[in-house]
Amino acid sequence: MVAPTTPAEIGGIGHSVQRKEDARLIEGQGNFLDDIDLPNTLHMAILRSPLAHARINGIDSEAAMALDGVLAVVTGDLMDQHGLAWMPTLSGDTQAVLATDKVRYQGQEVAAVIATDPYIATDALELIEVDYEELPPITTPQQSLEEGAALIRDEKEGQTDNLAYTWETGDQGATEEAFAQADRVVTLETHYPRSHPAPLETCGIVADVNSVTGQATIYMTSQAPHAHRTLFAMVAGLPEQNIRIVSPDIGGGFGNKVPIYPGYVVATAASLLIGQPVKWVESRTENLISTGFARDYYMKGELAVTDEGRILGLRVDMLSDQGAFYSDAQPTQFRAGLFHVVTGSYDFGAAHINCKGAFTNKAPGGVAYRCSFRITEASYLIERLVQTAAYEVGIDPAEMRLRNFIQPEQFPYETATGFVYDSGDYPTALRTAMDEVGYEDLRREQAEARAEGRLIGIGIAHFTEAVGAGPSRTYDIAGLKMIDSAELRVHPTGKAILKLGVKTQGQGHETTFAQIVAEVLGIPANDIKVEHGDTDHTPYGLGTYASRSTPVGGAATAVVARKLADKSKKIAAHLLEAADEDIELASGVFSVAGSPDRSVTIQDVALAAYTNLPEGMEYGLEDVTYYDPPNLTYPYGSYIVVVEVDPDTGVWQVQRMVALDDCGVRINPMIVEGQICGGLTEGFAMSAMQWITFDEDGNCIGANFMDYLVPTAWETPKFELLATEVPSPHHPIGAKGVGESATVGSPAAFVNAVIDAVAHLGVRNIDMPVLPDRVWAAIDEAS
Amino acid sequence: MEVNITINGSEHASDVEPRTLLVDHIRRTVGLTGTHVGCDTTSCGACTVLMDGTPVKACTVLAAQADGSEVTTVEGLKGADGLHPIQSAFTDDHGLQCGFCTPGMMLVGASLIAENPDPSDDEVRWAISGNLCRCTGYINIVKAIQTAAARVAESSNGS
Repeated sequence: MVAPTTPAEIGGIGHSVQRKEDARLIEGQGNFLDDIDLPNTLHMAILRSPLAHARINGIDSEAAMALDGVLAVVTGDLMDQHGLAWMPTLSGDTQAVLATDKVRYQGQEVAAVIATDPYIATDALELIEVDYEELPPITTPQQSLEEGAALIRDEKEGQTDNLAYTWETGDQGATEEAFAQADRVVTLETHYPRSHPAPLETCGIVADVNSVTGQATIYMTSQAPHAHRTLFAMVAGLPEQNIRIVSPDIGGGFGNKVPIYPGYVVATAASLLIGQPVKWVESRTENLISTGFARDYYMKGELAVTDEGRILGLRVDMLSDQGAFYSDAQPTQFRAGLFHVVTGSYDFGAAHINCKGAFTNKAPGGVAYRCSFRITEASYLIERLVQTAAYEVGIDPAEMRLRNFIQPEQFPYETATGFVYDSGDYPTALRTAMDEVGYEDLRREQAEARAEGRLIGIGIAHFTEAVGAGPSRTYDIAGLKMIDSAELRVHPTGKAILKLGVKTQGQGHETTFAQIVAEVLGIPANDIKVEHGDTDHTPYGLGTYASRSTPVGGAATAVVARKLADKSKKIAAHLLEAADEDIELASGVFSVAGSPDRSVTIQDVALAAYTNLPEGMEYGLEDVTYYDPPNLTYPYGSYIVVVEVDPDTGVWQVQRMVALDDCGVRINPMIVEGQICGGLTEGFAMSAMQWITFDEDGNCIGANFMDYLVPTAWETPKFELLATEVPSPHHPIGAKGVGESATVGSPAAFVNAVIDAVAHLGVRNIDMPVLPDRVWAAIDEAS
Repeated sequence: MEVNITINGSEHASDVEPRTLLVDHIRRTVGLTGTHVGCDTTSCGACTVLMDGTPVKACTVLAAQADGSEVTTVEGLKGADGLHPIQSAFTDDHGLQCGFCTPGMMLVGASLIAENPDPSDDEVRWAISGNLCRCTGYINIVKAIQTAAARVAESSNGS
């Protein structure tokens, strides 16, 4: 680890500065969406379809309207009169706001009640009569693409089947050639199941549209307030200067709070029509059944390998279950997100990936749940495949990886799918993790245990992520380039305010971004206020998801701070009567080269910026930067999990979990480690229990926290964290994104560990979640 | 119906609908929004408050059931001499990220260390197993509760 260059009282990069956001949160003074209580607020509740697929023949809302306290029942027909019954998705499809023709999944929005009280709004839902004509539901993508399957999107012009999209990348010819040269082809077919981010705070909105001035102040649980403002302007036709999105304290996002959901559109329209603020906060069930599912990829991967364990090529065929609308939150040019990183951490020349997505009668979503757009699925597949190949070739899974790693001197490294990895030292990372866990000893213990009938498994995952979208030449969402911004103003007393286009949901931006400024200018981090989330008061940016805040917004912050440092040096030269080029800045002190006793502080310079300037210089110490990253950043890690599997029950317990992460330069090690522990827990959750599934009628099983299991402190394993620090060569402070690494990398490590415990029986795959009954059945079948 | 609940030491007499949940009463009638709602099924613990010293999930208690009782919410943790040790320990040990589960976690933690001055890792994990956190992986929450316990023990030994 690189030692900090600033003293602790300044708190620049590398210091575990305590978080500034904690003070309000530990005293119950946070300001979450549901805490916002404007005068005359009305409350909205949404009527949802109980059926997965049905035609709507009529809606009778008379009895609901008659209930005391009900102001309006909004239906699809009413929305249609304002051109708002449908809305565009982030993947170029359209999605029903309120159903007009058919319902296409259980939980779909059918009508909304606006009432004076949330209890009354919910009561009124029960008084709405909907005449449904049931249609047969399609609940798997395989069924959906069968010849003659009923058309789910019959309203969509030109749509004659249930295909949502197709996507292909890599070089098919070169890949076929690699497979022709291989000694063997190793195949793995597995399902990355439907999951849900389930942040502890659900999604919500308070829409406050002033019918006289046209000013729309929209409080929203938004990970991307600026992008949402522009989308609101485009979709609802409101003048953008009259829209102010305020994203308050957010109780976790994990991708769930990136899309615009139907409830937001209805609440805003209702506020516009009624002229009072309208609040809608999802219940947990609404959250789990209708907003923001993730994953659901059926993947077949094949590796071409030699008998020496060299990988020659990779072939992938995938089918994704999109639900009723194709609404993946991802950059325009990326139909399956950044699945390109499926080549992983390995050096081989050929890959070809074929993917298609199908509509089904399930909720739409396709959000990047704590990952950079489908990168979790990609990372999972290659790490499972490499382990499978090791068993087939007959070499140790660690050795298999070491034989195929991209070597440190090969960076920057262009993969077979055209991504250019920036930096890394993979062999050191894996060997360090192996030393920590005592890998060789564990293999001996495993063999001894087997002889006694006990099942020990050791699972490895060495992942590489691609985060920090992204360079404007390639990355946009709805046409908006994925740049981000920072605006920095130093006040006359030397204190500062930093305004960001990105938005924290718990990541600690108010602390870490201040540390970047502290590092550059030497203003103590605690003297820097960080503002974000309010579009009227922050510069434009695409928001926080896909681990892009530090790679893009953090870079903007460093660059704007350097602009102010340059101006500050000129002011210091003026104050010290020295030449500009002789001024050196370290930890907030400007001194003359060779005469360290001649110095002024950043606080002196800040005052001079408003009082005593060199001739011709503009007053003030303030600037803004819009940062267009030259490349993504590529954090990586080596994770090793040890499990013991009970052969009689299939229950598995994590004995150890060693996680080495390299995210380049760590701004605040305490916060980085906190994010890694959280991410590992979500990775464990996906491998062990989190699962949104459906019965054959399309009923969602997993509609509350009793059926959709997220880990408590009791199940959550303990983690041993390690770090290496290879900086990103192109990022201004050498940092890479980290918030999602552990969620991306760890599921394969947990599953590989369970498989490793039973691999000698011939077991090669158990789909996630690796439930005890599945493990037991796999053992039973193998023996 | 009339209910009279003492919340953080102040008496609140109100006329509520019989079906009013305690959490809605605290948040909407009394206006203390530090107590959060994270689910509908008593699973997540974000709404945890202390009722006569015992942690309860306020989304599954009617305001009427709390009539005559003493309720402590996160806003009542801080005393005349500053933050409760559980609050400072959560900051010191980085026991929170988004902060949504934090009030419930701290109240359960405070209740635990009042009964058990030196809880083991397992004892803390069991105590908070009715409270979900999606950000931290619990490690630092466990640590914070143990730190708070140690600080309370130290200050009571010193006095």
